[in-house]
Amino acid sequence: MSKKILIADDEQNIVISIEFLLRREGFEVLVAGNGEEALAIVRAERPDLVLLDVMMPKMNGFDVCQALRADPELSATRILMLTAKGRDTEVSKGLGLGADGYMTKPFSTKELLAEVRKLLET
Amino acid sequence: MQWPHKLVRAATFACLFVLLVVLSTAALMVATEAGEGAGGHWSGERIAVLLVLTLTFSVVACWTVARAYARHVNAPLRMAEDLAAMTAHSGLRLSDPATEELRALAQAANHLLAARDALESDVAERVREARASLEQERSRLAALMADLSQSVVVCNLDGRVLLYNQRAKQALSPGADGSNAELLGLGRSIYRVFDRALIEHALERLQPVAGDEARGDGRQGIGSAQFVTATRAGRLLRAHMSPVLGGDGQPGALVGDLSVTGFVLVLEDVTQTNERHARRDELIQSLIEGGRGPLGSLRAAAEMLSDFSDMAPRQRDRFLGVIRDEAGALSTQFEKAAAAFSNDLRERWLLEEILGVELLAVAARRIGEQRRGEHRPLAVKTENVDDSLWLRVDSFGLLQALRYLALRLQDEYEVRDVRLSLQRHGHLAQLDLYWVGTFMNNEAAMSWLQDPMSIDGESSPLSVVDVIERCNGEIWFQRERVSHRAFFRTMLPAGEAPKDLPRAIIPAADGERPEFYDFDIFRWSAGSHELDDRPLAELSYTVFDTETTGLQPSAGDEIIQIGATRIVNRRLLRHECFDQLIDPRRPLSQQSVKVHGITRDLLAGQPVITVVLPTFHAFCADTVMVGHNAAFDMRFLQLKERQSGVRFDHPVLDTLLLSAVLHPNQSTHRLEAIAERLGVSVFGRHTALGDAMVTGEVFLKMLPLLAEMGITTLRQAREASERTYHARLKY
Repeated sequence: MSKKILIADDEQNIVISIEFLLRREGFEVLVAGNGEEALAIVRAERPDLVLLDVMMPKMNGFDVCQALRADPELSATRILMLTAKGRDTEVSKGLGLGADGYMTKPFSTKELLAEVRKLLET
Repeated sequence: MQWPHKLVRAATFACLFVLLVVLSTAALMVATEAGEGAGGHWSGERIAVLLVLTLTFSVVACWTVARAYARHVNAPLRMAEDLAAMTAHSGLRLSDPATEELRALAQAANHLLAARDALESDVAERVREARASLEQERSRLAALMADLSQSVVVCNLDGRVLLYNQRAKQALSPGADGSNAELLGLGRSIYRVFDRALIEHALERLQPVAGDEARGDGRQGIGSAQFVTATRAGRLLRAHMSPVLGGDGQPGALVGDLSVTGFVLVLEDVTQTNERHARRDELIQSLIEGGRGPLGSLRAAAEMLSDFSDMAPRQRDRFLGVIRDEAGALSTQFEKAAAAFSNDLRERWLLEEILGVELLAVAARRIGEQRRGEHRPLAVKTENVDDSLWLRVDSFGLLQALRYLALRLQDEYEVRDVRLSLQRHGHLAQLDLYWVGTFMNNEAAMSWLQDPMSIDGESSPLSVVDVIERCNGEIWFQRERVSHRAFFRTMLPAGEAPKDLPRAIIPAADGERPEFYDFDIFRWSAGSHELDDRPLAELSYTVFDTETTGLQPSAGDEIIQIGATRIVNRRLLRHECFDQLIDPRRPLSQQSVKVHGITRDLLAGQPVITVVLPTFHAFCADTVMVGHNAAFDMRFLQLKERQSGVRFDHPVLDTLLLSAVLHPNQSTHRLEAIAERLGVSVFGRHTALGDAMVTGEVFLKMLPLLAEMGITTLRQAREASERTYHARLKY
């Protein structure tokens, strides 16, 4: 069975590429345009991995991450945070709140794919 | 006993003695005759001779005693009196006495007097020299300070200004709008200019520094502290604080083994530099952070196009669309960054290097302080502190944030003890405030971080998140289920130890005089705000006078001029004056124009009373107000309280009443009359400032006279004034 991945990002232009890439690689892809939507989809669909953008309307990536980690039933969900700021302090905050990985925009799609595979194997 | 009585007694004794000798001679003669001739005969002649002899002897004896008394008792006594007078006045010598012995004594005494006179003039000469050199030193200091491009302010530990230069006055003046409420002045509080907490924080950071062995200087010293702050006029000042070290016997705060009695602030206006830096920072920041998103999309789309060339044309068009969009967005971003120069992003100027251990120690002390109310102090421990870690932070804000979080935990979750730890994480510093046990949910924690900080009634417009963002850090709340620990974790960029730490201030060696710091004013203590029991001589005064449109404040008469000057340390400050004309918004009576000579034309365009009074109120802060017939002027001021929004509730002394205390039998206590009585020359009367000056001089002359009457404190002066006031009312 193919792995399920949720892309949570309000930037439509990056979503297009990531969605295209992941589908081509054979993953089942879900998309959420804001934090609240992302949280609802995770609860309903139980994806294996969430690509979580930090800057999102309604609920930011950190809050979503914290909410996911607070729910023991969702502990198997892997979280890969995406950020457009890339400050060290922000990275460590994401990891401190329970994210499994962190990528700073602009990233190479190959690296992203490698990171996704790594997280889904473990 | 009186000298003549002694004389009489001595003479009497002498006569009795002579009589005794004569009588015993007579008795002897009678006995001899009785032995020679049987039966014996009394010879009347012999008795008569004996009596005459007796009387003669007596007279001679008396005369001798009197002579001897005058020469040997009276003369030395006279000399003693002369000597007593001469010890009080120099330049006098004893005249030649009659006897040889006294002459020798007088000569010795004259020698002593001459030696004493020489010594006296020598001492006077030295005092003169010392005074001259002190005067020279002071004028050199004044010249030096006037020349400095930086502002210098010297304060004692209570924050009272002891010394400042012209530049400091300019830098700290409230604005260029002419309404110059002088914030800075001798004896005034620096806390009117700077936030008290800010200064106290800097004082806390004055740390003992070991002497520099390499410089061959093993003495201990105290380092200095820096902070940056904004003035009321919106200027940014970088302040460099150095301690003033006290000599022996001067009470001060101890830092290490050294006693600190005050501090020097050297201020530098960094508004422009910082604005420039901030603008550049913002530009870079917006380009980096704002560029990441669009670049990310661009790169991903481009990679898709090149990696998957087999894609459908519709798909290809979508990616090309993304590239066109994002390239456009990026260009806009770039233009905006270049244009938006003035929008300030982050106040980097607040950041300073501070040793992490030091910051935590201060934080622990601050959090563990006894609080107002029934709160028990919170127990604070520091654990796992990396003592080599330097931080680059707004330490004042960060401390405020830590204290706010800890005390809120105590208030709302009854947490009894908290811990602080600081560890290195690569090039980041991890600062944790944590506690064990008490549960707290994420939502509460989040709102604490975003609420404006407020502790024990003191509130700040900033939230914890604001402060941490200023420090380029992140803060979040986290729980560890296993260990039951909860913490606020802050990640901060680690700083580097500053390389050019300013040279520490080293105390003068024994016998060496510390330069310039010997002002008596250091001994002041404003610790007690109960002015009543403070000695009159120690208080600061605002001596003031007003001119008005008429004599009836309640009938609508208005103030048209306020003049005031200050008395600090028993000195009238002629250059720290308040002199302001005021537009009364009503006609002037002809009578009043005759008194003060101020005409309608002079008042046109002057500020109105509601604008002037707050400024004047600031001028009077922390002083006792002194006026002649002050009740009259105070009535005018108090009638304006509601309109102007300031209350003149200062202690007030009235030279008219004090004059009545001093000279109850004089018929007049007009200012001129008092001035004449006390020897004060009067000039420039009937301008408010001129009258205030005369009142001030008069008041200064009164202080020693009041002290002679036992009136030395403000309370005593007020009570005495009250008594005469009631006494005067009866007439």
